[in-house]
Amino acid sequence: MPEVHIPIGPQHPALKEPVNFKVVVEGEKIVSLDLDISYTHRGIEKAAEQRDFIRVVPLLARVCGICSHSHTTAFVKGIEEAMKIEVPARAQYIRTIVAEMERMHSHLLWLGVAAHEIGFNTLFMWTWRDREIIQDMLEEMTGNRVVYGINEVGGVRRDLTPALISRSFEHLTKLEDRLAKYVDMVISDETLKMRFCGVGKLTREEALKYGTVGPTARASGVDYDVRRDEPYLAYAEVPWKVVTDTNGDVYGRTLVRIGEMQESLKIVRYCLENLPGGLISVPAPRTAPAAEILSRIEAPRGELVQFIRTNNTDKVERLDIRTPTLANWTSVAVSLVNQNIADIPVIVAAIDPCMSCTSRITVMNRKDTKTCVMTWDELRKHGRNLYQKEWRA
Amino acid sequence: MDAPLLAIYILIFPGFLFLAAFAFFLEFLDRKITARMQHRVGPPFVQPFADYIKTLAKEVIDLKGVDRKALDAAPLLAMAAVMTAFLYVPIIGRSPLAFQGDLAVVLYLLTLPTIILFIIGWLSRNIFATMGGVRAVTQMFIYEVPFFLALITPAIMVGSWSISDIVTWQQHNLWFAVLQPIGFIVALIGLQAKLERTPFDIPEAETEIVAGPWTELTGRRLALMHLALDMAMVTGCALVAAVFLGGPLTPWTITPDWFAGIVGFLLFLVKTLLVLLILSSITVASGRIRIDQLNDMGWKYLASAALIQIGIVLMMNYLWVGA
Repeated sequence: MPEVHIPIGPQHPALKEPVNFKVVVEGEKIVSLDLDISYTHRGIEKAAEQRDFIRVVPLLARVCGICSHSHTTAFVKGIEEAMKIEVPARAQYIRTIVAEMERMHSHLLWLGVAAHEIGFNTLFMWTWRDREIIQDMLEEMTGNRVVYGINEVGGVRRDLTPALISRSFEHLTKLEDRLAKYVDMVISDETLKMRFCGVGKLTREEALKYGTVGPTARASGVDYDVRRDEPYLAYAEVPWKVVTDTNGDVYGRTLVRIGEMQESLKIVRYCLENLPGGLISVPAPRTAPAAEILSRIEAPRGELVQFIRTNNTDKVERLDIRTPTLANWTSVAVSLVNQNIADIPVIVAAIDPCMSCTSRITVMNRKDTKTCVMTWDELRKHGRNLYQKEWRA
Repeated sequence: MDAPLLAIYILIFPGFLFLAAFAFFLEFLDRKITARMQHRVGPPFVQPFADYIKTLAKEVIDLKGVDRKALDAAPLLAMAAVMTAFLYVPIIGRSPLAFQGDLAVVLYLLTLPTIILFIIGWLSRNIFATMGGVRAVTQMFIYEVPFFLALITPAIMVGSWSISDIVTWQQHNLWFAVLQPIGFIVALIGLQAKLERTPFDIPEAETEIVAGPWTELTGRRLALMHLALDMAMVTGCALVAAVFLGGPLTPWTITPDWFAGIVGFLLFLVKTLLVLLILSSITVASGRIRIDQLNDMGWKYLASAALIQIGIVLMMNYLWVGA
């Protein structure tokens, strides 16, 4: 059978954000594919160097629409480490609560998207409806549904009142019922299993070799979670366990995420019950002493790493964000080969990709593989040449 | 039936005009039921009709190198085939056009929209449309055989190839849904696959190949093709209701004739909607399967089940005739 080239993206109904796969197929089987992920570069790392710490935090909340809390948490954690300030326990607990609620709504969103990719729209509608419970809770706690803006250097910006906490328990009970329902659905639904089992298989060795993180790695049996292995916030004090699975396929990733949602719910409940008293923030100095910090946290999609270099001023000298999606991309390209075309959307969705968080640009000389910096004029000239030579032809 | 009455039967009620109106109504119901089950509000009553008028008024976009006339003709051909098929399905009583073999004609006419979808996909000169077209035909080869077998088994029992005869037979006996439950289930699954609804919406899988054969359809072509598929849904539901659920006839003779017609029509409505409800529930409760999985399912289970049903019917025939 002749080979057919199928372009998927940058605009395609399966994709929520722009990315491009040039897929070569034989019949319904994928032979090879080419990946182009940088369509939405926003220059956030550079922008962070222009602002003082206080104003970097809201900027980083906008790296990702789903895990806005994770990015700010990673940053304030790093800066607080550089400033050597002790954050009050109450603030750490509130950060933990918001982080775990974010994980739950991110995983619920993922479950809906994955179901939609296999045409199971009922599950999609249901999970997105129940996600509203969490968003309502977040709105009550932080004042916002998407960009919570609860973190600041030295603590959090809002306190939880007793009335709010008791209302949150009611929401949590409702949510627990719904989560149990989804566990039941994932375990018992036939079409879901037909499309998820054995698809996008990644062995433990492969998962380690391609550097996967988060639920993708844990579904392949890699027992690794920053929350347990390098505890931050209040995770060391809360009883919880890391969810892993040995299936290694999309079904395994679904089971891991569902298990994590249940664990998150327990963490939130524990934190609300055992919320310590005291201050919610301490005053932080304007500047940070020169330091190099590697701040790691477990975002909903996996390990998020931020490298922060400070230089005795009130701005960062360099901020480098390694999103979990970037770590997982190569494993997608590998697990897609020899699969069915029909499985592309669900395998891609299985790592819960977040394109615009991942978009980076590096100018590189192909001959000696060295990176370099372009001036504004060079960049404009390059853009004109590229348009005339490649895209016009 | 004399000529003017027959003309009214074919053109207005229960012919073409009624078919179009009922198609919109059934689409509305289908969308509403699906929406309510998915905890959404769903469309207002006139939405399918409004959609139709809107798409009808939109620009028709011709791609370079596409056979325009063929693409214009394709939806009309599909619609004509489905409309013709509908005339032989009993609606208010026996169809006045019934003849020996109309079951086979209806089945073949209902196959045409799928073939036309393939042709549209092929004519569109678009990779997604072509793949969708190929999938549509592949899928047809899988579900068509069990579907035909399931609908033919009642004919074997009745000893007639006319849908109206099958309905009349059920007037004095049990419904075929009771006598041949396996065939009924196979027919429902086959119908679901024929109408390309989840879990068998493989040819138009949105997240995989955009809209399949529908990708390059615009304006009135899209509107007409959509209407043709809605009409196919009506015809399919009515056909299954007639063959397996006894159609519009009651075991008792009702006088006068006009009252019998009304009762028959109401029965037709109720039974068609029942079939639709089953189809919608299947749609809501499942995700899309892959074409290779459908192949497995279709040939291993559906075809075997249909064959077993035929075997059982032949035995029943032998025993009843023998007794």
